Order: sequence, then structure tokens, then C-alpha cells
Amino acid sequence: MDELDRLIINELQDGIPITPHPFAEIASVAGVTEEEIVSRIGQLLERKILSRFGPMYNAERLGGGLTLAAMKIPQEDFEQVAEALDELPEVAHNYERQHELNMWFVLATETPEQIAATIETIEKNTGYPVYNMPKHQEYFIGLKLEV
Amino acid sequence: MSKPPIDELDRQIILATQEGLPLTTTPYFDIAQKLEVEENEILTRMQKMQEQGIIRRISVVPNHYAMGYKANGMSVWDVPDEQIDQLGQQLGQLPFISHCYHRPRHLPEWPYNLFAMIHAHDRETVEQRVAQVAEILGDSNRGHQVLYSKRILKKTGLRLPVERK
Repeated sequence: MDELDRLIINELQDGIPITPHPFAEIASVAGVTEEEIVSRIGQLLERKILSRFGPMYNAERLGGGLTLAAMKIPQEDFEQVAEALDELPEVAHNYERQHELNMWFVLATETPEQIAATIETIEKNTGYPVYNMPKHQEYFIGLKLEV
Repeated sequence: MSKPPIDELDRQIILATQEGLPLTTTPYFDIAQKLEVEENEILTRMQKMQEQGIIRRISVVPNHYAMGYKANGMSVWDVPDEQIDQLGQQLGQLPFISHCYHRPRHLPEWPYNLFAMIHAHDRETVEQRVAQVAEILGDSNRGHQVLYSKRILKKTGLRLPVERK
């Protein structure tokens, strides 16, 4: 990573403007062309240093249902339950964590009402209870990584 | 907050950009071309969606792992409900916390109501951050744990509720 890569990562995490030439400002700060900025973003994506570039949509503001949920799965059933969740399109992320509650996943549905139905399906298919932990309040989201 | 109304063109913009923006010097113009509308229409619509909180921001997202942030600990805290908003806002200001939420307890086994995701280069640093949080919470902290991720079992982009009509 060189100076320009670092500038792009540090500055463009805060967002680009919605204007005809959104890269004009950072290009002028860096003393390079807008084309160079765009090409670097492409390279950083290809090298997987960036995981994405674009609008961060808020699924809940669009009317979707979203929740975090956890389950306690004994080792002998763990892979099987992980596979069952893998097949459900409503399961966006699923992490194994070091805790008695060892499976933590995010459910995203088209409407808030579908969350309960999805949880019911998971409980029925796996035989294990789901601990639903929808957010009551969000205090912060986003993390700036300085490089 | 009630759900802001979006129309068919907004929906098309979302579908065209949810995987990312075109990698050109004029990404909004390119979206306009693709959707066969004026560039100004795209600019106005996307600005409005940003004001409404439908778009949080349009930005690059670094891959934590590739940037050396290999340890991620979900710290969970049991704090008094009547103080949680104030404490949550305080924690949200800390630079190393990526998400901070009030979530329900599941008593007796899950007494934790404040969740703060901590990212760092290694576990030792996560532990230092946790100690820092504990210090800030002081007597309001009635117990906490850190749940480290062992494995990513699934990670897909969040499907936005605009796919079907």
C-alpha cells in the first residue's frame, strides 16, 4: 500500500459526495487525476483490501426486518445446524463464537413480521431454541480504520 | 421512525447500486444512462435517500481482516436499563467500537443488554479495550463477557427488501 492507497482508504470511508464528479476533490488533494483514483479503488477491491465501494443501504429504513439471534448447539450437531442455516436466504451472517451460546447469526427479512416466522422455522428444523436479540436502540454503527 | 416511501425509480436505483457503484469518474451519470433517466434525477433521488437515512453514506469499506484487524470481540455488558442510553452513547464515541446496541436480556442465562463490537489487531489489544470500557462504565457494569469469533460460517450481503414488488 502506498500513500495514495492510504489516502483513499482513510478519506473515502467517510463517504463521497453525490455530485457529477465525486472524486474531483480527493484527486485534487492527492494531485492526481480522477481516473487514477477510480483505478486505485478498483485495484484495492481486487486485492481485497476493500470489501466494497458504494452506497451503504439501511435495510430497516427500507421496511425490512433485521435481528441478531443466537443458539446453543452441542458440538455433535453443530455442523448440521450450521448447514441448515446456510440454506436459509434470511440468514445473512452466521458466526461461531466462543461461548455456551456458540452460534450467532443475523436475520434479514422483507418485512419485520417475517422475523418471527423465520425463527419458528429454524427452531422447528433444528430442534434448538433461538434467542432473539433485536436491537432496542442503536448508539453507533461504523468504524473508521486508519492506515 | 416511519418508513419513508420509495417509488419504482428509487427501487431501480437501489437494485442497480446495492452491489456497488460503477467504477468510473462519473458513477451517477453511468447509473442514469443505465436506467435511461437524466443524471440530475439520479443525483436528486440519491441525495434525498441519504437525507432520509435510507443511504447511510456512499463510501469505501475496508476489509478488516486484510488491514490486520484480525481479532474481533463482541463485548456484552449488563448495565442498569435506566442508564443504558447514556452509557451506550458514551461507548459509541470510542474509536475502536464498530457497533453499539441495546438488546434484550434473556434471563437468567443471558443478563447482558449492551453490546459493543470491538476490533483490534490482536486479542491482547481487544482485552485492553475491554478494560478501558469497564473503566468508563465503572459501577454501572454489573458483569460482562467478550465473545470472540471462532469461524465465519456464512457471510452474504444483506438482501435489501426491494427485490420483489
